[in-house]
Amino acid sequence: MSLLEFARGPALQWSITIFIVGVLWRLLGVFLLRTKKDLSEPRNPAAWKGLRLIALRSWPRREFLEGTAFGEVMGYAFHVGFLVSLFFFTPHVLFFADVARGLFGTDLRGLIGVGWPTLPNGIITLLSAVAIAALVAVLIHRFVNPVKRLISNFDDYFSWFVTIAPLATGMAAFSHLAGWPYERLLAFHLLSVELLLVWFPFGKLMHAFTIFAARGATGMIFERRGASL
Amino acid sequence: MTTTTHTRKPEALEFDKPRVSIAKPEYRFDMQGEMPETERVERAMKSFVKDFGRTAAIYMESCIHCGMCAEACHFYEVTKDPKYTPIWKLEPFKQAYKREYGPFAVIYRALNLKAKVTVEQLQAWQQLIYDSCTVCGRCSLMCPMGIDIATLVSQARHGMYNAGLIPHELWAVTERARLEGSPLGATPKVFEDRLEWLADDHEVEIPVDRENADVLCTMSSIEIMKYPDSVVATARIMNHLGVDWTFRLDGYEATNFGLLAGNSAAQKQLTMKLIEAAVSCGAKTLILPECGHAYTALRWMGANMYGEPLPFKVQHIAEFLAEQVHAGRLRLKKVPKSVTFHDPCQVVRRGGAIEAPREVLKALGVELREMFPTRGTNWCCGGGGGVVANHRADELRYKTFRIKMEQIEETGAEIPVTTCANCRQTFDDGQAHFKWDTKMHSLLELVADNLLEDEA
Repeated sequence: MSLLEFARGPALQWSITIFIVGVLWRLLGVFLLRTKKDLSEPRNPAAWKGLRLIALRSWPRREFLEGTAFGEVMGYAFHVGFLVSLFFFTPHVLFFADVARGLFGTDLRGLIGVGWPTLPNGIITLLSAVAIAALVAVLIHRFVNPVKRLISNFDDYFSWFVTIAPLATGMAAFSHLAGWPYERLLAFHLLSVELLLVWFPFGKLMHAFTIFAARGATGMIFERRGASL
Repeated sequence: MTTTTHTRKPEALEFDKPRVSIAKPEYRFDMQGEMPETERVERAMKSFVKDFGRTAAIYMESCIHCGMCAEACHFYEVTKDPKYTPIWKLEPFKQAYKREYGPFAVIYRALNLKAKVTVEQLQAWQQLIYDSCTVCGRCSLMCPMGIDIATLVSQARHGMYNAGLIPHELWAVTERARLEGSPLGATPKVFEDRLEWLADDHEVEIPVDRENADVLCTMSSIEIMKYPDSVVATARIMNHLGVDWTFRLDGYEATNFGLLAGNSAAQKQLTMKLIEAAVSCGAKTLILPECGHAYTALRWMGANMYGEPLPFKVQHIAEFLAEQVHAGRLRLKKVPKSVTFHDPCQVVRRGGAIEAPREVLKALGVELREMFPTRGTNWCCGGGGGVVANHRADELRYKTFRIKMEQIEETGAEIPVTTCANCRQTFDDGQAHFKWDTKMHSLLELVADNLLEDEA
């Protein structure tokens, strides 16, 4: 079995399995915990309106912007770059279509009702480069900023590595870096994605899911009290 | 190994200083009770997770270590010391959560990925959890994940209390509250004597222990002992409005050091006194005094301690005043002054009574000059969460107080006003320390001084 066959076969299957089982385990481990009913008289009975915090907290308050501008800008840069490259790069969309056909016997249009758009390679390349640059910047910031240096642990550095690796290997594969065989570059790219999938449930990448729950819970509690969101 | 510490009577208190605390803070006993170190850690962690529900677990799972919360914390703002990063103040508890209780705890323990929390760690963190956190919740507004860090700090305090690892002063005043009914010596006898003296001195009628009343008024121990004019102001306003009201000697003290210290049993005991007093006299409304954490303790936590919705309405005095203004019952003389309003964190940011004090100020006709930032993002006075009672925290607290001085001076307002006696004593203490010529005023007293009598 070649490295590419391994990456496309058992490694992919196992990593997806670990990802799904791990994510479910971690989410259920939290969501199945009890929650006490708040018996205080609400100021605003429509606590659900506090769910708007999910959107509100995506942009910092004016009062806080000065101290957090770097983190906000870099955070947006690598999140947007990563997600757009992941979901709108033509080969990725073709790959998702393949997976959809394998799992559900239909292509993406049949599955979600509309065609999945793609972006030109030039835009994807630019956004990927921006994402990599932003990730390098946040790593340097984590080393030099006393607050971040103090509170960082293995999870922060390893999660950074598994996030930048698919971007870097993807760029390498796309540009046929250093004349390496495309198959090998593609295998490395796939393996880096699989590493991300395997690590995802165990580290802070899980914030991709928990961010909605944490913001939503706080929003509803605060809204009920009429407190500041 | 056994750690020997003290089991002693609560300390004598000092009342003649700009803030109330123990009389001999130089003798510190920051570890309470006698128990093996392992038991301390176990108690801390068990207690930490006792009330640990889904929401707290979600918070624990969500931190991405972005460090942004530091920028919201006044203790970090004035020191730039990374140890004051709010989420770092919870580090041993996060560590314990991952190792002992999280969904992957088995893996963390099996591979020893997170070390066991030690008593030395908890001792070291005592200063971060109590001295350098006012539980003001400004960090909770900053966190991009939406984690309510202040709530987690309160939960960590439960753990620290049960491990016997709280600052000497907080232990002493909480014990006093538990044993005598008031943290600062405002026992029923003292309160009764004071009411008598105040009624005579100020020629105001102060009803006490009426069997039935629509409104039960309560005071904070700081007001009773240091700002008795607030007691008089409360009586004047209630009488002026013709409210059917009373004080009750079985439930008058709204200060709840159980909440601040992390002593849940004491918190419940103090809360239940107020609830039972209100139920006894059939009160339709219980009015809380100008006290931030008293508002959190009863308005937002009272029913949960009681086990069912409260059979009466709970209002902060500023909310009551605003309601009376709206109803046209409370008419006030115009005060031709410029005023800036200091937002008490537990009343405004976390309590939701954001506009009520401003509506009362508007009725007073003052020129309101808002600070920047203001309302929900206003800076804390630095003395909340029990910090002002803790002598060990003085130096740090005074540093944070400079933020308030600058904020107030920038407005150019003639007088600052607030609606929390704890903030007020923090300001008085800061004023004395810095020989600052600006004195904090009480909204309640300002209203009482400017009641407009009906001419009809």
